[in-house]
Amino acid sequence: MKDALIAETISIAGHGGDEIEAYLARPLGEDSVGSVVVIHHMPGYDAGTKEIARKFAANGYAALMPNLYYREAPGASPDDAAAAARAQGGVPDERLVGDVAGAADYLRGLEHSNGNVGVIGYCSGGRQSYLAACSLPLQAAVDCYGAFIVSQPPAGMPLKAQPIIGLAQNLSCPLLGLFGAEDSHPSPEETAELAKVLSELGKEHEFHTYDGAGHAFFAVERPSYRVEAAGDGWQKIWDFYGRYLAG
Amino acid sequence: MCTYLTEKIEVTGSGKGAAGWFALSDATVYFDHPQHASAGHTLNIDFLNPGRGPAARVAVELTAESARALAAAIETTLASAPPGLA
Repeated sequence: MKDALIAETISIAGHGGDEIEAYLARPLGEDSVGSVVVIHHMPGYDAGTKEIARKFAANGYAALMPNLYYREAPGASPDDAAAAARAQGGVPDERLVGDVAGAADYLRGLEHSNGNVGVIGYCSGGRQSYLAACSLPLQAAVDCYGAFIVSQPPAGMPLKAQPIIGLAQNLSCPLLGLFGAEDSHPSPEETAELAKVLSELGKEHEFHTYDGAGHAFFAVERPSYRVEAAGDGWQKIWDFYGRYLAG
Repeated sequence: MCTYLTEKIEVTGSGKGAAGWFALSDATVYFDHPQHASAGHTLNIDFLNPGRGPAARVAVELTAESARALAAAIETTLASAPPGLA
């Protein structure tokens, strides 16, 4: 029964103690496990990202994905919730950090937790993964094509996100960055700038930029999916989390 | 990319959603990742009534080419309506 797992919707305390919905996937069994907070992409708390959470569980990690749009649309379908959240400009940074902190606390409290908690995020969640790792004590962070860490959103966008490269000195853990060479947000120039700043600060990081891939190359249900980049990216994630979270 | 680029307008009319017809109060228009369409980015329109909750929504996701054709068709149709009606 080494491969048995359970996945279910639960309630956790998020930012400000708010009760929010979250999706928990974890291995069954007695082994000590590392944990991952999964930050969903802008299209929301959807089936594709729940599948990612289960993939972590199948690979030996407890994974918890908070529904970042729960407050705007409790009980709504993921696409309706995403529409409601985007109409309000997205998730405020402070609330995101609070929700990830609540998720990390929940994971550390699981019976078989080894105490190590990482974070991973996709698209808008990539920026949020870096933000969380610069704001909370974590053991490993993965940024999958997060934009607006280095650069300002283009003029006219009602996006609450502002550049957060200035937080780099607070990065609490190693950072794995997975990017597409054909992406424009973030562009290869922006991710190179982030790498340069992290190097200057002596912050451990490992960035990979895939040729032939653009934004959202991990998203299997979208035309942006790139099997070679995603396959290699997952191997990089298993190697990275294996070093910093496992056991 | 996640553009978040959004135009919001107030509208008067009705839409038919998953639970049947409802009165519309707002519409949002944005160019971003689709939920369903097979394209990297689409012109998305949500016809909404936030007072009835997030599910009071009629959504479409159109390629940029389709969206421009739709906008032109709307203008053409309104322009050709009998005087005084539109």
